[in-house]
Amino acid sequence: MPNKNSLIHLSLAQAREGLDKKDFSALELTEAYLKEMEAQRDLNAYILELPEHALEAARESDKRLAKKEGGLLEGMPLAIKDLFCTEGIQTTSASHILEGFKPPYESTVTQNLKKAGAVFLGKANMDQFAMGSTTTTSYYGNTLNPWQRADGKALTPGGSSGGSSAAVAAGIAIAATGSDTGGSIRQPAAFTGTVGLKPTYGRCSRWGMIAFACSLDQAGPITRNVRDAALMLQVMAGHDPKDSTSSTRELPLFEAALGKGVKGLKVGIPKEYYVDGLDPTITQLWERGAQWLREAGAEIVEINLPHTKYSLPTYYVVAPAEASSTLARYDGVRYGLRVKGDSLDEMYENTRSEGFGAEVQRRILIGTYVLSAGYYDAYYLKAQKVRALIARDFHQAFQKVDVILAPTTPSAAFAIDEKPTDPVVMYLNDALTVPASLAGLPCLSVPAGLSAEGLPLGLQLIGPAFDEEVILRVGQVLEDAAAFKPFLER
Amino acid sequence: MSLDQTAVKRIATLARLKMTPEHITAMQQDLNRILSFIEQLGEVDTSEVEAMVGVELPAMPMREDSVDDGDDVKKILANAPSVASDMFVVPKVVE
Repeated sequence: MPNKNSLIHLSLAQAREGLDKKDFSALELTEAYLKEMEAQRDLNAYILELPEHALEAARESDKRLAKKEGGLLEGMPLAIKDLFCTEGIQTTSASHILEGFKPPYESTVTQNLKKAGAVFLGKANMDQFAMGSTTTTSYYGNTLNPWQRADGKALTPGGSSGGSSAAVAAGIAIAATGSDTGGSIRQPAAFTGTVGLKPTYGRCSRWGMIAFACSLDQAGPITRNVRDAALMLQVMAGHDPKDSTSSTRELPLFEAALGKGVKGLKVGIPKEYYVDGLDPTITQLWERGAQWLREAGAEIVEINLPHTKYSLPTYYVVAPAEASSTLARYDGVRYGLRVKGDSLDEMYENTRSEGFGAEVQRRILIGTYVLSAGYYDAYYLKAQKVRALIARDFHQAFQKVDVILAPTTPSAAFAIDEKPTDPVVMYLNDALTVPASLAGLPCLSVPAGLSAEGLPLGLQLIGPAFDEEVILRVGQVLEDAAAFKPFLER
Repeated sequence: MSLDQTAVKRIATLARLKMTPEHITAMQQDLNRILSFIEQLGEVDTSEVEAMVGVELPAMPMREDSVDDGDDVKKILANAPSVASDMFVVPKVVE
C-alpha cells in the first residue's frame, strides 16, 4: 500500500507551487521520494538508484530557488528511462551487453531536464533495448505493476517504459521520461493509470538515446496528469543541432493549450480500431469518451483509416530492419561486454549471443533477413511503401477532423505469467498504438476508466504532426470528465 | 516463404549471432511465424506508391564543416573492454 506521505501525492504543477511558497524544500521533496523508492523496491522499477546524486542535485536546487533562479522543473524528482545516456552514470538499455557502460556524454533530453533543474532519482527499468510490451525482457528482472487484481497475480506495468510507468503510478517518481517506438510510452501509461505523451517524430532530440528503430524512436514523458505532460514536454523538446531529424519549428507554450475546451472541434472515430479481441469494457469506455467530448461541445465524426490492419506487419519489418542495423555497433570492441573468442568473428558472435536477450536476437534475425540480398525489395521496400499508405490515411483523415480518439490498448494489464509465448500474439498488443507511430504523429494516453477486474484503461488521442497542443487540450477535457482516481489515491 | 535450418544459420552468421542447434530450432519456428504474419503485406497494391523512409524529414540542416569536438582519448577508451597504448585491443586478424 502507498503510504500517506503527502509530498509524493503532489503533481509536478502542485510541487512547483509548494516550492515557490516555501511549504517544503527541494531536499525534503527528494527525500520523500527516496524513502518511497526504498519502501517499494520490490516493484523493481529502477535498474540503478541514485540517492546521493539526487540529494546533491536537490541541495543545488534549493540554492537556486533561494536566489529565485529556479528552472521550470527545479527540484522535481524524476525517473529516467535507462536508454537515455547520463554522463558518468551507468546506462544499459536494460541489456547485459551494456552492463557497466558509463556514457562519456549526456543525452540532449536529459541535459534539457537538468538545465531546467530536474533531479534524477535513478535509471528506470525497461524492456531490453525497448523491445517488448511487458518489461519482462529486461536483463535486470521484470518490473511489477503497483495495481493488483483480485487473484493477486503479478501484473505487467506494460512496456517498454514499464519502470517509468510503475514509478510514476506508485509515487516513486513525480514524473518520468520514456521513449516510444510502437507504443512504449502510451501502453505502459494505460496499464498503470498514468498519462503518457508520445510527441511528433522530430519534436525531441534523439541524441544520446540508445537507438532501437531510428525512424520511429521518440522521447516523451509519463506523468500524473495532462498538465504535467505539457510541462515535461516543454523542457524535453526542441531543436538540437546534434540530431538532424529534430525539428527546427519553434516550440509553442504547451501549457497554454490547456483549458481551451473542445467546443467546435471535430473528433474522428476510426472504425478500423474496433480490432478483434478488443475488450468489451474498452469499447464501452471508448464510446463514453466520445460522449464526454460531445457533451463538451465537440462534433464526433466517423472516419476511415483503411490500411490499419497492415500497420503491425509493416512495423514488424521496419522496426527490426532498423534495429538489426542499429545494434550492429555492439561488437565487444569499444565498450560494453566482451566475450573472448579465438578469432575476431568468434569474439563478435560470442559477445552478441551472450549480451543480447532472446527477443533482441529474434528481432535482429528478422531484420537481418528482410534486409538481406534477394529479400530487401519483397519485404523492406514493400513495408516502406505500405508505411506511406498508412501515413496517407492519417493525412486524409486530418482533412476532415482535428483529432482522433481511440483506445490505447486492446486489453487491461495482464499477469506476467499470462504473457503469450507466441511472438505474433504478443505483438497484437501494439495494434492500436503502432499505426500513429508509423506516421510519426503525436499521441496522448489518458487514464479514463477501469476494466471489469478493476484495472486502469486508457483512451488515446492522435493529433496532426506537430500539433501536440490539440491532444493536450482534448486530453484535459477527457481527464476532467473521467475524474479517474489514480493508484496513489486509492 | 518458409525458412529451413540452413537459412536460419546463414542469417545468424550474417548477424554475428552464435546459436546452438536447439536455439536454431526454436528461432526457426518463431521466425516462420513472424514471416507468415508479414506476408499479408503482399495483399496491398503499392504499384503507385513511393517508399517512405522517414517522417516529414526536414531538409538536412547544414553547418560549417569544422571540428568542434574530439581529441579526448581517455574519455573514448574509458569503457573499452581491452586497451593498450591508448588503443582498442582486438583478437589478431592478420597472421
